[in-house]
Amino acid sequence: MTDASLPSRYKRPSVLAFLGYVVGIVIIIWSFAGAGFSIDKVISSPPRFADFLDRAFPPNLEPKVLARLGWKMLETLQIALAGAVIGIILSVPVALLAARGLVAPAWINQLLRTGLGFIRAVPDIAWALVFVVAVGLGPFAGMLAIAIDTIGFCGRFFADDMEAADKGPSESLTATGARKLDVVACATIPAAMPAFISTSLFATEKAVRSSTILGLVGAGGIGIELKVGFDLFDYPTAMTVILMIAVVVISIEYLSGWARTKIIGEQR
Amino acid sequence: MSVRCIRMQAIPSSTILLVTELRVETLVAPARPGQTGAEISAPVLPVDLRVTRLAKSFAGTPIFKDVSFGLSRGEAVAIVGANGSGKSTLLRCLMGLIPADAGAIDVLGTDVGSVSNAGLRAMRARMGLVSQKHNLVPRLSVLSNVVQGLLGQKPGIRHWNQSFAPASSRAAAMQALEKVGLAHLASRRADRLSGGQSQRVAIARALVGQPRILIADEPTASLDPAAGKDVMDLFFDLARQEGVTVIFISHNIDHALKYGDRVLGLAHGGMSLDARSASLDATQLRGLYD
Repeated sequence: MTDASLPSRYKRPSVLAFLGYVVGIVIIIWSFAGAGFSIDKVISSPPRFADFLDRAFPPNLEPKVLARLGWKMLETLQIALAGAVIGIILSVPVALLAARGLVAPAWINQLLRTGLGFIRAVPDIAWALVFVVAVGLGPFAGMLAIAIDTIGFCGRFFADDMEAADKGPSESLTATGARKLDVVACATIPAAMPAFISTSLFATEKAVRSSTILGLVGAGGIGIELKVGFDLFDYPTAMTVILMIAVVVISIEYLSGWARTKIIGEQR
Repeated sequence: MSVRCIRMQAIPSSTILLVTELRVETLVAPARPGQTGAEISAPVLPVDLRVTRLAKSFAGTPIFKDVSFGLSRGEAVAIVGANGSGKSTLLRCLMGLIPADAGAIDVLGTDVGSVSNAGLRAMRARMGLVSQKHNLVPRLSVLSNVVQGLLGQKPGIRHWNQSFAPASSRAAAMQALEKVGLAHLASRRADRLSGGQSQRVAIARALVGQPRILIADEPTASLDPAAGKDVMDLFFDLARQEGVTVIFISHNIDHALKYGDRVLGLAHGGMSLDARSASLDATQLRGLYD
């Protein structure tokens, strides 16, 4: 037997940790107040929600409406896919320059990471507004918004993936006298490829979700139909749009999950 | 000046005929297992690698200091020592992968401490590394992994993958795979190989560029004893066929004595042993781990 005593189940927090917890709780309460949280409104909302559902159901399933919404949904998917593909492709060189210790000096890594942080900080709907001003109303503005949003997302994660990739193959190729670019192309990128694929699939899912609302600001896609439905109190059509978006987004998530398992599961 | 070693059947195994552009002379080869110290004359072969008073520390903690030794052409030297004694760090310093704090390293006439990046790459292109873990690129084919071993000599996109590689490089890679007995697995993905097969491919990758110096960092650490012996036999058969200078780390004392002409021991922050393996026994090496 050793003379070590059984550790206590709980540790008393330090004064600093205790103060941290208190400050955290105060900030959360303060946020609730700022957000106008009201128990009265929570209690009174179910009847109003039920009223909306009553007016929205059954959804508008007229063939003419369904055909129009179907084409808009297709346009939404085209915006998402085109924007995501462009964003993913452009993210690779951006990530190469942003990844620490690969090909670029530290100041370029930092500059790129700050830029990617800025892109992510601006919401996709705000990028859509910017591109509507720049290139005019329509799906092209939406595609550009999705592309820039994808660069912010994938650029950061691709860079992190490459930094975290197994260094063994890189070192072995460096030891053969290979140049940095050759080492990155032959060892770092292949090692990070499963993570690249996973991140790209998430980016595509995110692009599909984002593209459904870009129409609210005139950047193409099915969002405009949702806005018009609510503006005209045409709740059955609005409900059809909501259900279509839900079906498409959930299907894309399942498809993406299946692709992730097939591609990464077999290649790891 | 290019120098080529040719082993000839009619000449005793302890002798190598060294042919240069200017002269032909007979030189004494390094000791082989089974030879005694009395059979060995003073080495007159060119020195491929010389380390002088090398020191290295990490975050103020000294790893080793005052490490000095030289390797003659064609010699095989084992480095032994306990974990943390700085064996791998020493090898990484030799290849210029990490800088030394003090001292000098001369590899094939290149001063590793002062050479430019391009010079360092040129020096590495004449060396080969086999690591503890095979370090193959798992998603690529065996042939692509071996072709990539030529990147030091032939940089660029054509050697990123066997599909783009010139016919001569593909042939060289296949030849290297034949030497390690894995030509029939050239198309297989590297992550579908066993540990022993992977290490053989790593040896092929290290040999494909016909290096002058081979460095091996515990090449059998992740293998079972039988596979480890096979890999070591193959590694040293090939190294000796090619007349390559070898420096390898091993925790296996039997391997160090069997495959090394000389054994260097690292302990207590410095080099505590530098002796012909023929003059050593296992007990003396075990003392390094105390």
